[in-house]
Amino acid sequence: MNRSQAKLTQGIDWPIVGLYLALVIIGIMSIFAAEYRGDDNVWQNIIHLNKNYSRQIMWFGVSLVLASIIWLTDSKFFTATSNLLYAGGLLLLLLVLGIGKDVKGSHSWLVIGGFQFQPAELTKLCTNLALAKYLSSQETDFTKLRSRLIAAAIALIPAAIIILQDETGLALVYFAFFLVMFREGLPGILLVIAFSGIVLVLSALLVDKYVLFSIFSVITALVIYFMRREIKRKRSRLLVILGVYAFCSIFVMFVVPFAFTKVLKDYQVRRIEVMLGKENDPKATYNTRQSMIAIGSGGFWGKGYLKGTQTRFDFVPEQSTDFIFCTIGEDFGFIGSVIFIGLYVALLFRIIFVAERQRSTYSRVYAYGVASIIFFHLAINVSMTIGLAPVIGIPLPLVSYGGSSLMTFTMLIFIMLRLDADRQMVLR
Amino acid sequence: MSVFNQPRKRVIQAIILGMVVLIITRLFFLQIVEKKYAKLADANAVLRKVVYPSRGIIYDRKNKAILSNDVLYDLVVTPASVKAIDTAYLCKILNIDKEEFRKRIVNAIVRNGRVRQSVFAALLPAEVFGQLQESMYLFQPGFELVPRQIRSYPFSAAANILGYIGEISPERLKDSAYASYNSGDYLGLAGLERTYEAVLMGTRGIQYLVKDNLNRPQGAYENGEFDSAAIAGKNLRLSLDIELQQFGEKLMKGKMGSIVAIDPQTGGILAMVSAPTFDPNLLTGSYRSTNSVLLNRDTTKPTFNRAIQATYPPGSTFKPMIALVGLDEGVITPSFGYPCGGAYYGCSRPIKCEHHDAGHAANLRLALSHSCNSYFSHVYRLCVDAGKFGGIRSGGLQKWSDYMNSFGFGHRIGVDVPSEARGIVPTPAFYDKMYKGSWNSCTSVFLGIGQGELTLTPLQMANAMCIVANRGSYYIPHFVQSIDGDDAHLLDKYKEKHVVAHISDTAYSAVIHGMTDVVASGTGRVAQIEGISIGGKTGTAENYGIVDGKRTKLKNHAVFVAFAPAESARIAIAVIVENSGFGARYAAPIASLMMEKYLKDSISTKRQALMKTVMETVTLDPAMVAKSKLDSLNASALFKKNGTK
Repeated sequence: MNRSQAKLTQGIDWPIVGLYLALVIIGIMSIFAAEYRGDDNVWQNIIHLNKNYSRQIMWFGVSLVLASIIWLTDSKFFTATSNLLYAGGLLLLLLVLGIGKDVKGSHSWLVIGGFQFQPAELTKLCTNLALAKYLSSQETDFTKLRSRLIAAAIALIPAAIIILQDETGLALVYFAFFLVMFREGLPGILLVIAFSGIVLVLSALLVDKYVLFSIFSVITALVIYFMRREIKRKRSRLLVILGVYAFCSIFVMFVVPFAFTKVLKDYQVRRIEVMLGKENDPKATYNTRQSMIAIGSGGFWGKGYLKGTQTRFDFVPEQSTDFIFCTIGEDFGFIGSVIFIGLYVALLFRIIFVAERQRSTYSRVYAYGVASIIFFHLAINVSMTIGLAPVIGIPLPLVSYGGSSLMTFTMLIFIMLRLDADRQMVLR
Repeated sequence: MSVFNQPRKRVIQAIILGMVVLIITRLFFLQIVEKKYAKLADANAVLRKVVYPSRGIIYDRKNKAILSNDVLYDLVVTPASVKAIDTAYLCKILNIDKEEFRKRIVNAIVRNGRVRQSVFAALLPAEVFGQLQESMYLFQPGFELVPRQIRSYPFSAAANILGYIGEISPERLKDSAYASYNSGDYLGLAGLERTYEAVLMGTRGIQYLVKDNLNRPQGAYENGEFDSAAIAGKNLRLSLDIELQQFGEKLMKGKMGSIVAIDPQTGGILAMVSAPTFDPNLLTGSYRSTNSVLLNRDTTKPTFNRAIQATYPPGSTFKPMIALVGLDEGVITPSFGYPCGGAYYGCSRPIKCEHHDAGHAANLRLALSHSCNSYFSHVYRLCVDAGKFGGIRSGGLQKWSDYMNSFGFGHRIGVDVPSEARGIVPTPAFYDKMYKGSWNSCTSVFLGIGQGELTLTPLQMANAMCIVANRGSYYIPHFVQSIDGDDAHLLDKYKEKHVVAHISDTAYSAVIHGMTDVVASGTGRVAQIEGISIGGKTGTAENYGIVDGKRTKLKNHAVFVAFAPAESARIAIAVIVENSGFGARYAAPIASLMMEKYLKDSISTKRQALMKTVMETVTLDPAMVAKSKLDSLNASALFKKNGTK
C-alpha cells in the first residue's frame, strides 16, 4: 500500500467515527458523574489516575493508539491471521482458567503488570474474525447442516470456556453470532423456535408445571381435532404434533426444574426469580431496585448533569461499570435516555448499512458480527438496569468503565472501518 | 453468494427496533408515568435533620441567669477514619486504659457501624477538653470534638422550682399532645421546665441534607432552599430572688419543711424552699438518669416539693382567717371579747388555752396576740351556727368552707409549677361521710384553732398572709413575671386581682394590729427586725401519723406566718419546720431572717449569731439521715461543677 499523507484518512466512515467518539465521551462524563464529589480536585485525580474516570481517559488514549495502528494495518492482515488469532484467543481463555485471578466471583481475569485484563472480552473479536473467515471461505456452503454446525461451534466454544470461568454474562453474548448466521442463511424457523423456547422457559418458570401440562394437553387435543383432515391425509403430522407435545411437557415437567436446582447457581436462580417478580427478598432486589429508583427519579427532563442524588451517592452499585446507564437516566431523564439509545440505534443501523455495501462476504459477516455484539450488550445491559432482564454483568459498549471492554469494542469497530475502506478488494 | 439473503437485513433491523421500542416503553413508564421513584429517591438520599434551638434561659428578679445553657464537648469517633494514632497518649488524656479504649471502639462499631460517628467520651470535663483541644490534630481525622448543649444551674439552688429536662418517655410519645416530639427528644419533666415547656423549647428548625448510601451527610439539599431555621426558646423572668432562695435553703439545712415567700403586691413568689433539697446540677448531663433514681429513692424525699405538695394543719396561724370570717359575717366586731379562763368549755370536752389571766381575750386584737384558743373556738361556732344559715348542717359549714375556698384553701391555687396539692377544707358532705351524718359544730370545733381535718399547703398559708397584708385581695402566686417577646397572654391569669371578702378596713386593721402585737410583744417576739413592723402568727401544728397501724401523736410541726412591713407589705411568708416543736422557736426565726434578708439585703451583725444557730440546728430524724445518700450526692454535684468551671 502506498497511501500518501494527504489520503491518510481516505475511505474512513466518518458517521461511525463520530458516533464512536460521542459514546466514549458520554461514557467518560457519566463515569465522572458517578464518582464526582463537590470537593474533588479533578485535575489532580486525572493526573494520578486514582479515579475510574481518569483511568477511563487513559484507556481512551490507549484505544485511540490501537485504532490508529489498526487503521495503518493492511486489511489482508486480518483475513490472514483470523484463525491464528482465534486459536490464540482460545489459548488465552484456557490460560485464564489455569492462572486467572478471581474478581467479584468470576475467574476470568489476567493480571499483567498492574493492570487487570479480561480475555473473554478480547475473544469476542477473535471469534468474530474466525466466523467471518469460515463463512467467507470458498469451501463453505452454508446451506449444509455441517457448515452450520461448524459455524455454531466456532461461536460457542469460547462461550463454553467462559462459562467455566463463571462469567456467564459474557458467555451469553456469543449467542449474538446466531444473528449473523441468520443473515447468512440460517433458516428463519430457527429464530421462531428460539423465540418459542424463550416463551416456554419463561412460562415454565412463571406458571405451575401441572397447570402448564394441562394447558398443553388441551391445546394438543384441539390442534388434533381441528387438523383431523390433514392428519388423515398424512399420518406423520400426528407424530410431529405428538412429538412437540411430548417435548414441551418433558421440558416444563423435568428439564426446567432440574436446571434450576442442579445447573444454575443460587444467585442466578434468585436473580431470575427477582426479575420475574417471584421473589421480593430486598437483598436480592437491591441492585435492580436502586437502579430503577435512580432512572425513574430522573423524570422527563432529568435532574441535570452532576445533580443526581442516587448515582452520586453510591446508592446504585457498580455504577461506573454495569449500571452506568443509571447516571444517564437520572441526570438526563427520559429525553436524555431516548437520545442516548438513539445514538446506539444510529450506530447499529450505520454498521448494518456498511455491512450491506461490502463486496466480500468476509467483511459483511464481520460487520454484522460487530453490530450483533453491540446490540446484545446494549439490549441486555439496559434491560437489566430497568428491570426487564435479570442482573447479568455485562458492560454497555464504549460507555461502561473498563479497559478491556473499551479496547475490544474500539478494535472491533476500527477493524470494520479498515475493511470498509478497502471494500473494493475481495477479501477471504 | 449471500446476496439472496438481503431481506434479512430488514428482519435484523426490525429485531433491533423492536428491542429499542420495548426499552423506551419501559423507560416511559419508569420515568414519566410512575411517580413513586422520585419519592423513593428522596427517601434514599435526603436526610431530614432536626435542628434543636437553644432552650430559653430563666432569670431571677435581679436579672441573674439561674437556669442557662452550657456547652460541653463530646469526643466522637468515626472508626473507619481512625489512622495510626498515639493511642497511649489519648488514653492518658482521657484517663482510660488500652483495654477500655478498644472496648469503646468496638462498641462504637457495633452501635453505628464503621463509617458513622459514635460518641467515644461524653460531656468532657473542662481540663480534659482543654488538653484534648490542644492536641486534637494528633487524633484527626478519626476523632472529633462535638459541642453539646446541656442545662446548667449556676446557683445550684431552686431544684424543685426550676425542674429539669429529660428524654421523652415511650408513653408520652404515643400521646397525640406530644406529636411534635421524636424518640430521644428532651422535654421539661418537672418544675418551670415542664410548665413552660412550650415557651422554653423554642421552634425546631429542619435542615435537609443529602446523604449517601451509608447515611453519611454530603451537604445541603437544594442549597438549603427548603430548610427552616431554629428559633431559640424564649427567656423567662421570674419574681424569684435567687440569693434569698439560696439563703432560705441554707437556713433550712438539716431540717425538713418549707418556706414560701411571696410579694403580696404582685403575687410573685420570692422564694420557695423545700428541705431537704438537692443540687439541680445532679439532673443534667450524662449522670441524669442514675442520679434521678437515687434522688427518687432517697429516704428524705428531696424531689417532693413540700412547699406545694405537702399539706399540714395550720395550727394557730389559722386564727386570723377565722377572725376574718367572723368579721365579714358580722358575728363579731373588732371589739368582741370572750371570757376565757384557761380553756373553752362550750363543748363537752374542754379545749385548753395557753393563757388564763382575765381579759387576755377582751377584744380581737388581744385574742390574736395571745392566740386564745377559747376565743377562736367560740368565733368558729358562732359563724357556722349563725341563725341566718339555719345552723351548721343546713348551710353554716357550707358557707364557712366557701370562705375557705375564696381564701385559696381546699383547691389548687394555680401556681405555675406542677403537682400542687389541694389540701383539705371539710365540707358538710365530708363530715356526713366521716361521722355518718351525726355531727355538729362541736364535732368540728378544732377547725377554729387550725387543727382537726383541715390541712393546707405552705403556699396556701403564705397566700393567706398576702390576703391579710393586702386587706382582702391577692394575685395567684406565681414565679414567672414576664416572658421575653411573649404575645400569647400566658401570664394573664397572674395579673388578675382576686378580691376575697368585703371586710371593712377597720376590721382588717384589728387583725393586722393583733398580728403586729404577736411579734412586738406576743408569742413571736423572736421574729422582730429592727426598724420594721411585722405582722406574724406563730403556730404549733399537732401532727398525727400512723405508726405500727395505730394513730399516734407525732412531734409537732413548727409553723410561722408573717408579712412585713405591716403597713404596706412587700413580703408575705410561711415557714414550716416539720417535727420540731414550737413555731416560735424554729419557724419564726427562719421567717424573720428571710424577711430581713429580703427587705434589708443583709443580716444585721446583731443577728448573725441567731442566723448561725438556725443554720446549724438539725431537727431531722438521725435514723433517716443515716439512710440518706443526699449529702454525698450533693457533694458530688458540687465537685462536678467546680471541676468543670
